[in-house]
This record gives sequence, C-alpha cells and structure tokens, in this order.
Amino acid sequence: MLTQNIRNFCGAFVLAMAAMFMLSAFAPEANASEPTAATSAAAAPATATAPAAAAAAPANPAAPAAKAVVFPPAPKLTASDYPTIPGVNSRVAIWLVAQLHLWFGAFVVAVPMFVFIIEVIGMATRDERYDNMAYEFIKVSITAYSLTAILGGLLAFCMILFYPDLFKYMALIFKGSMWAYALLFFAESAVLYMYYYGWHWLQGGNRKWVHLTLGLLLNAVGLQLMFLANAWTTFMMSPAAVDAAGVFNGDTWAAIHNFLWNPINIHRVVANVAYGGSVVGAYAAFKFLSAQKKEERAHYDWMGYNANFIAIAALLPLPFAGYYLTAEMYAYSQQMGITLMGGVFAWIFIIQAVLIGALFLSANYYLWCGMGRSEGAYRYNPRIKYIAFVLVIAFLVWFTPHTLVLTNSELKDLGGPYHKYLGVLGIMPAKNTAVNYLLVFTFLSFMFYRRANKIATVSWASAGNAAQIALFTAGLINITILGVYHGYFTNTVYKVAASVPQVLTTLVIIIISVVIDAFMYKGAKDVAPLHWGRMPPRSQYALFLLAVSFTWLMGLMGYVRSGIRQHWHISNIFRDGSPDAFTPGLGYVASVVSVGTIMFMAMVIFVFWLSTISGRHVVAKGYWKEQQA
Amino acid sequence: MSATPKRVIPRLLQMVLVIAGAYFSFILLFDVLLGQLIPKSLLTMYMVFVVAGVVMVFTFTEEGAQELAGPIKALVEDPSRKMVRNVVFVIVPLLAGYYTYSSMLPSFEAPVELRTIHPAPPNKFKAYGKSYNLATLENPYRKFEKEDPAKFKALVKEGGDVYIKNCQYCHGDKLDGKGPYASGLNPTPLNFQDVGTIAQLQESFLFWRIATGGPGLPAEAAPWISSMPVWQEFLTEDEIWKVILFLYNYTGRQPRSWSHE
Repeated sequence: MLTQNIRNFCGAFVLAMAAMFMLSAFAPEANASEPTAATSAAAAPATATAPAAAAAAPANPAAPAAKAVVFPPAPKLTASDYPTIPGVNSRVAIWLVAQLHLWFGAFVVAVPMFVFIIEVIGMATRDERYDNMAYEFIKVSITAYSLTAILGGLLAFCMILFYPDLFKYMALIFKGSMWAYALLFFAESAVLYMYYYGWHWLQGGNRKWVHLTLGLLLNAVGLQLMFLANAWTTFMMSPAAVDAAGVFNGDTWAAIHNFLWNPINIHRVVANVAYGGSVVGAYAAFKFLSAQKKEERAHYDWMGYNANFIAIAALLPLPFAGYYLTAEMYAYSQQMGITLMGGVFAWIFIIQAVLIGALFLSANYYLWCGMGRSEGAYRYNPRIKYIAFVLVIAFLVWFTPHTLVLTNSELKDLGGPYHKYLGVLGIMPAKNTAVNYLLVFTFLSFMFYRRANKIATVSWASAGNAAQIALFTAGLINITILGVYHGYFTNTVYKVAASVPQVLTTLVIIIISVVIDAFMYKGAKDVAPLHWGRMPPRSQYALFLLAVSFTWLMGLMGYVRSGIRQHWHISNIFRDGSPDAFTPGLGYVASVVSVGTIMFMAMVIFVFWLSTISGRHVVAKGYWKEQQA
Repeated sequence: MSATPKRVIPRLLQMVLVIAGAYFSFILLFDVLLGQLIPKSLLTMYMVFVVAGVVMVFTFTEEGAQELAGPIKALVEDPSRKMVRNVVFVIVPLLAGYYTYSSMLPSFEAPVELRTIHPAPPNKFKAYGKSYNLATLENPYRKFEKEDPAKFKALVKEGGDVYIKNCQYCHGDKLDGKGPYASGLNPTPLNFQDVGTIAQLQESFLFWRIATGGPGLPAEAAPWISSMPVWQEFLTEDEIWKVILFLYNYTGRQPRSWSHE
C-alpha cells in the first residue's frame, strides 16, 4: 500500500515537473501574444527614462492593433536615473549580495550532484557509511539552501532598487524564463525537502530507488535553475538577437542561447562540484577538529578524505573548462579577450594563478599527510619531494606574468617590459603545459596514496609498474612537445587547439593508470588496517585552505566575468550611466572580494555550527512539570 | 614504523638551507648566467611558493614536523637555552624593525608600475575619415599569401620599405625594439620578435594601434604612456596594411585568427 502511494505520488510529481518544463518551452509564444508594456508598465519605476517610456508606448495594451511585440531600445541613462540611498554604495551592495548568492547557490547546486553519486555507491556496495555520509552532506546543504534563497531575494530586491531600468529591460526580454525560474524554484524546494526528510523513510528495496529518483530529479531541477540564471548573466556579456540600439528582436530561447551561455554552463557545473567538495571538506575538518572521540575523528577523517577526493576530481578538468570559456570570450570579442588576458584584468589572472596554486598545493599536502594513516606509506615518502619539486616548478611557470611589475631601474636593465627568458613563460602555451604537469603529478600523489597500504600480488606487477612509468613518461613528453611546438612555432589557431590534445593526454594517463591499478591491485594484500583519524591537525587546515582559496578565487573571477563589460550594463548596447561606471582599481577589487569571502566563511561556519547543535540534546532536569502516567 | 635516523644537519637547518639555495639559484641563473635580472616582484612571488613547497615536504609526516619544530620548541621552552633565547628575541624584533624602516623609507625611485601593454581595443574606431569595425576588419592583402604568392612577396617588400623609412628608428631594423631612438624612450618600443606581442594579436588590432597611435588609446585605464605617432597622418591605409604584412613575414609569426585556413 505504502509502495503504491509512493509510486502514485512520484508519478504525479514527475508529471507536474514535466508540465513546468513544458511551460518554459511555451514562453516564446507567450511573449508574442502578450502586450509587452502590460508587465513593464506595472514594473516600471518612477525613474523610468523618457526614451524607454516612449519606445514602450506602441506596445501599450491600450492600442488595439498592437499584436506583435515591439521591444523598446536600451535606455540611455544618466546618473540621476539611478536611485540612491545615502551611505550605501549601490555597486558594492549589489556586488556583495550577488556574490554571496552565487557562492551559496554554487554550493547547493553542487552538493546534490555528489550526494547522488555517493548514495549510488552506497547502494551498489551496500556500505551504509556512504549513505550516512551522503545524508550528512545534504544536511549541511539544507541550511545553506535557505540562505541561498534569502540572498537571491535580496539580490532581486537590490536590482529593482538600485538598477530599475536595467532590471526592467532584462525582465522584458527574459520574462518567459523568469517565470519558469520561479516555478522551478518551488520544484527545487519541494524535491529537496522530500529528498532530505524522506531519507530515512525511503530506505531499502524499491524505496531506495524512489529516493534515488528524487535525487536525480533534484539535480535536474537544480541545473535547470542554474542554466536559466546563467542565461541572464551571459546575455549581459554577449547579447543575442538585439540590434545596435538594443531593440530585442528574437524570442526567449534566442536570448538564452547566447554566445557565452554554454561555455559558462560547462564551466560552472564543473567548478561547482569542485567548490562543493571543498566546502564539505571544510565541514569535515571542522567536525574533525572539534571531535572528542576517536570514532568521531575516524568518521570525519574519512569524510574529509572523500570530500577532498571530490574536489580534486572536479578540479582536474576545471582549468580546461576555464580555458574554453576564455577562448570563447576572445572569439566573441577581441576587446574582451585582450582586456582579460593582456589588459588591466590580466593582473587578476596572476592572482588567480596564485590561488589555484594554493588549491593544488593544499590538496596535495592533504594527500601526503593522509599517507600517515597507512603503515605502508613509508615506501613512498622519499618520492614526495620530487612531486613537490615538479609542482612548485609548474606553479612558477603557471603564474609568471607576461608583462612584469618592474621598478624603473629594472625596466632599464631589462631594456623593456618583457623578460627575454621569462617572457615566454607568460603566455598561454606555457601555462597550459604547466597546468597539465600539475594535474598529472597531483594524480601521481593520489596514486601513491592509494597504493600506500597495499602490496600487489599479481605476477605481472613489475610489468604493470613499468607500463605505467612508460605511460607517464610518454604522456609528459607529448604534453611538452605539444606545448612548445604548437605554442611557439605555429599560429594561434594551432596554439589554442593544442590545448585539447594536451588535456586528452593527461586524461589518457589518468584513465589507463586507473585501469592498470584496478587490475594490478585486485586481491592485493593490505599492509595493515588503515588508521582513519590518524591525521595531524595541520592537514585539516589544508582542507580549510582549500575551501577559502576556492571561495576567494570564485569571488575574484566572478568580478572579472562581470567587470569585463566595463562601462556597459549589457555589452555594447546598454551603457552604464551610473556614477560607478568605471573599472575599479585592483586593490579595491581585492578588498571587496576579501570582505565578501570573510562574510561567506562566517556564514558557512554558522551553518556548520547549526549542524552541530542540531544533534545535541540537553536533558533539563526539574525544568518540565512531571506528567502523570 | 621505522626509527628516525640521526641527522648530520638538523632538519630545521636543512629547510633553511634549501630555501636559501633556491633563492640564490634564481639570482645566479638570471642575474649572472643569463644576464637578465629577475625582477624583485617576481622573485618574491617565486619564493612564496618555494617556501610553501619546502615547508610542505618537511612537515607532511608527523616525525618530520616534530623534528622540524623540535629546535624551535626547545628554544622557547628549554631552560638551558636562556642565553640563545634572549639573543634571538632581541635579534628578531630588530630585524623586523629594520625591514619596516627600510620599506617605509622615502625613496626617489618612481613607484612600481602595472603597465598594460596590450590595451583593450574599442569595437569601432575612426581613421581616414571613416569608421572601422575591429571585429570584422581584415587585412585586404592577406588573401594573396595563398592566392598569389608572388604578389604577396611584392607587397611584403613594399611593406618592408615603409617600415625601414618610418618605423625602424624606434622598433629596430631587426624588429626587436632596439632602434636608434629606442634608448631615449621609456617604455621602450615593442619588440615584435617576442612571441608575446604581434603573434598574440589580430591584424585589425595592429591596424588600429598604428593608425591611431598613442593618442588613439582608449579612455579606459588611462593615462597611457606611448610615444607611438598617429600614423594615419603620415601613411596611407594601404601602406599600413602592407607594413603589417611585413611585420608578420619578417618575424615568421602568424596573426591571431580563428580559422584553420
């Protein structure tokens, strides 16, 4: 009976979801039949500019002949068109709120992805520890979900308050998808709560399948939400279906499917998983450091290991997703590309490189410390220094700027702003080569960690090791040749294209090594039982560093993505007329992002703390009136 | 678990020596052997990561971390080391004070500059009395590279003549930025042989920079420092396109493009 009810309920829910998806598909038609100004007039603030109002007039429902939608041109605003609140900097306010919303949003979209995978692993292996861990992860994201929603509301409020004309213009174009977004948000909330609160109820047999289906649905809705929001953001960077005056002449899909939409979608999906992994890693570290019992420490150590694994696994393809996005931005606009990589924003990429360095180093350090859990790790300890050497050298290449920061005397000595020898390390082929080395050697750290406690028993173990050494050597040679030859001796088409075989080489090394290891260590002997919990506190701070670096990095690159529009609200069609229509100095940017990072980390620690107190139960003796039996 | 071997050099000293070794290796390699100094800002960044990497290697095992921290703990806690402790506790604040004093000391040196070499181009610009769209602008002579190599060669030669008559005084006859006037300019003229200059750019970008020169640089991120003349006042449009052909041809570079053809 219960199973039947669940099936009915799920069936109804799936139908409801399908209906919601269909709704967004109908949105363009809805646009075509609705008089545009009906909504815009309702939403139009008192500050709407004359040209915008005049342009919107033909579409007024009062005119009976106005069937087709006539979109207004982008308004030409002056500083007086932007409402202000004394003592509040509009740009900083919206910047911080948007960034905080994005941090939490990224976290709550990412967590269900790996929670689903962990739940599947638990189901397949029948190892309840995975199920418990997945539940604990989703528990953390529940509180974060509320904060995401609150900050999202605050962001919309700030947009309407401080940038009403921009909001109105965007809402006119995207009203179909904004409507779908609101519905999807309800769906997301419903599925998330069912997924979380039904966790212990939907256990075993078919119930577990129902729960997994909910998890899948949760991810589908979450990603849809993110893709829709990405469309608004990328439309502001690469507007589609608009003429030079900003008159929109397409349908909602044309606006959504703008030039940079898919590159951002891919980049954000991968980055969110890495980010989510790092934040739950920080949660595990928080719990590990505050644990009183040995068993608790062992549990949270294991959780931290898995979180770090998730973060690293997603971090591996991330540089390529980022490179793809940037290459697409360059292809879309030479102006954007040069401002990003050669102009004023190039310095932020140097800071980005340093932060990515911190990410890789802390992830590797955590793995090396983790080898202390095993008695067999001593065999591998002497090799760690060589991995560290390669990692550090690769980082030095990774963040060497093309244009150096020079004192006057250095400038004279060098004879120009470019260094004869270090200059070649400043351009992308060197960076791509370096980052592939970083990934391969980070994977090597992981391989050592995995092997530390095992002794292969297959007869072909030596041959397997030799094959892996050959694979690594050949792969690294290939990466180097691709980087040096195509990077410096061919034209830019091949230079950019060479990054693809480079990353494929890295992936081949990783995949084949994993396959060889899987067979070679099948039935391997354990050196001794793993000592979960035998980790120094400094390893846990490495997990914190991972989360903080990720947060800071996202904030910084979020600014770059948004700031690249410079003095435009919407690139080249809708000019920013506010007093803040200038690109702020790098120090100012760093300060705002740092304040945002501190605010976010404070809120995250609050979320962690909430999860701690939710499990506490105090027996208040003598407080409650005794009930008669 | 193996016993910790007795070391000849204490681990802390080993770490300090490795870091110092890395620092002096950079100086030796760049300043002495290669003859191109390593800028202070870059060396600082390099050393931050070298120190991080070295500390990580020395502390990833529990024994290693304890051995490293041992002398520091002993310095602070061991009663028999009172004299050394007092000396260290005097020297360290003095060094910090000296560093602060040196950093704050007024200097006549111009402040360090974050100069942007490649300014972001506008979408459109005006020259020769008309408007050019940089996104679609192409070198009209580039097509002859494949269609008519002999004609292309002649165009390159014409571009070379224009270069020698007008550009080499600053950018050099080898296009390496070392022309006769170069030493009088700060910043020095661009070295086109560098893989990070014209090879990174589309021809339309070069056309914009040559035609409008220093005064045509965008208002964003101003003030700019550039001695580049406004060449549209001295050269024809054709001459600029030909000189661009020459720049790429002589250096053996290809302009940035998005097609494989």
